[in-house]
Amino acid sequence: MTANILELSGISRSYSTRQGLFGKRVPVRAVDDVSLSLQEGQTLALVGESGSGKSTTGRIALGLERPNSGHVLFRGSELPPADTPAWRRMRAQMQMIYQDPLAALDRRLPILDQTREPLDIHDVGPASERNDKALAMLDAVGLNAGHAASLPSQLSGGQRQRAVLARALIMKPSLLVCDEPVSALDVSIQAQVVNLLMDLQRDLQLSLLFISHDLKVVRQVSQRMAVMYLGRIVEYGETRLLLSNSVHPYTRALISAVPVAGRRTRERIILTGEPPNPAARPAGCAFHPRCPIARSECANVSPAFTTLPDGRSVACHAVDGHPPIEEVGV
Amino acid sequence: MDMMEKVSETALTKPKITKQRRLPVSVILSLLWTGVVVLVAVLANHIAPYQYTALDLPNRLASPFHPKHLLGTDELGRDVLSRLIFSVRISVLVALGATVISACFGTAMGFAAAHFRGRVEQSILMLADFQAAMPFLILSLSVLAFFGNALPLFIGLMGLYGWERYARIARGLAIAASAQGYAGAVRQLGASPSLVYLRHILPNISSTLIVSMTLTFPEIILMESSLSFLGLGVQPPMTSLGNMVGYGREYMTRAPWIMFAPAGLIVMTTLSISLLGDWLRDRLEKGLQ
Repeated sequence: MTANILELSGISRSYSTRQGLFGKRVPVRAVDDVSLSLQEGQTLALVGESGSGKSTTGRIALGLERPNSGHVLFRGSELPPADTPAWRRMRAQMQMIYQDPLAALDRRLPILDQTREPLDIHDVGPASERNDKALAMLDAVGLNAGHAASLPSQLSGGQRQRAVLARALIMKPSLLVCDEPVSALDVSIQAQVVNLLMDLQRDLQLSLLFISHDLKVVRQVSQRMAVMYLGRIVEYGETRLLLSNSVHPYTRALISAVPVAGRRTRERIILTGEPPNPAARPAGCAFHPRCPIARSECANVSPAFTTLPDGRSVACHAVDGHPPIEEVGV
Repeated sequence: MDMMEKVSETALTKPKITKQRRLPVSVILSLLWTGVVVLVAVLANHIAPYQYTALDLPNRLASPFHPKHLLGTDELGRDVLSRLIFSVRISVLVALGATVISACFGTAMGFAAAHFRGRVEQSILMLADFQAAMPFLILSLSVLAFFGNALPLFIGLMGLYGWERYARIARGLAIAASAQGYAGAVRQLGASPSLVYLRHILPNISSTLIVSMTLTFPEIILMESSLSFLGLGVQPPMTSLGNMVGYGREYMTRAPWIMFAPAGLIVMTTLSISLLGDWLRDRLEKGLQ
């Protein structure tokens, strides 16, 4: 058992929004009492639909935002406040890659300049060697010198994401938060970038926090996964177990929605309604208005985590009496 | 050949669309005119046939194409062409100085608002709203009336003109870039705010700011002209375009050239800079697509 590189314990983050022109301010709980841990060199996937708080959790894990309550421990010590010199120094150890690589790159600077920028910022090595180092890093992600000299707009989507990856990895960080890194890419390019990411993870002993809504990618990259719904974790455990034998009705619905090629569509669990407004979270279990197996207690009492014998934790009232379900392939 | 090679090959061999489009005639003329105006402003001492205060009393109110005075003389026998040349120098100095001051000040305020947010942002935005709501002419009238009108003060005052536009542009673009763009990404790499703003945001928004400057520049020339016309701008014996129009109006029926020469120059200069700005905006936007 290796040590945890990242530990989130009981973090919550709420934003206040005004409803209407003169409406009163209402807090929106983007992340509510989330606890996660990521082991050194492993990948933890965070799944959920839009607005479930995945990205906010990722930003809190990096210290880009402060949680309203709870602690973020990186290698056992708490993160310094954002934009302090100590926090800036920590950036060398934790990095992020983004959903839209074109937005994350400066459109006016060649890729090479942007890749060497972290070296300039953190003043690593002699200035004369930084270009070579950046070129070597670009080569490692599959970009050649021609790509290095071009502007982001001259590259394809996959190449841009490789460039962002090179910039993030040039400081040899130990933690990489990937915020939907492949969802803006073509399926064929997705596979390349995911494979590249996994190769780099092996070579550099990276720990990944992988935020995604694509369960196929999640199954490929991650050892553990957490499913989020409306800012809370509903099921958390080993990816293999969760995907093959999910317990929480929301996870089951998510998994049943993944299309499988060459097979007749299996029975789909269609959720009714839309994800509720986070500003007006339902009482009790947040999922109960859409839950196919909701009981009366679900509307009143928020479910606590139950740890199952196989090590995963589930927040659902129905867990105890739940019949084991047949295996569903993803 | 694997996928990646194909992708990189197409990206590299993609023909660059660099077919140089011909400049429109209006832009060429504007460029030429602006160049001439700048040249005249710089070389005023060398190309003016007379000093702008030199009197030629026998030839008062001489009409244009007089053998000694190409554009005629005014009521004191001063050469209109020479006065025009020195006026261009003063007017360009005021307009350029004021535009640069206003752009720098406004951009700095906009960045401060975007960086600190909260109270700082609110007070800067409130100042900008004040500035936008107050007729600038009234503000400058009162300042010049109370503090006199030395040239540096005058330029500084004109520099307050239009800063709120730069502040709004800079703030909006900086916030957008920090929220989900390159600036946020660079901050996350550990860059200090000065690096983020000066190396990344400023170059990226400079085209918008430059276009905005070509809009403010003619406005300041006009504002300087109106103030001088009202007698509160540049004071005699110093001369500026608006000042010439202002004093020339008394002789408008007997000697219209005194007033129409600077008025024509104002129109031509502001028009050509506006046209240039228009063209520049189209080109810069195209370059970013």
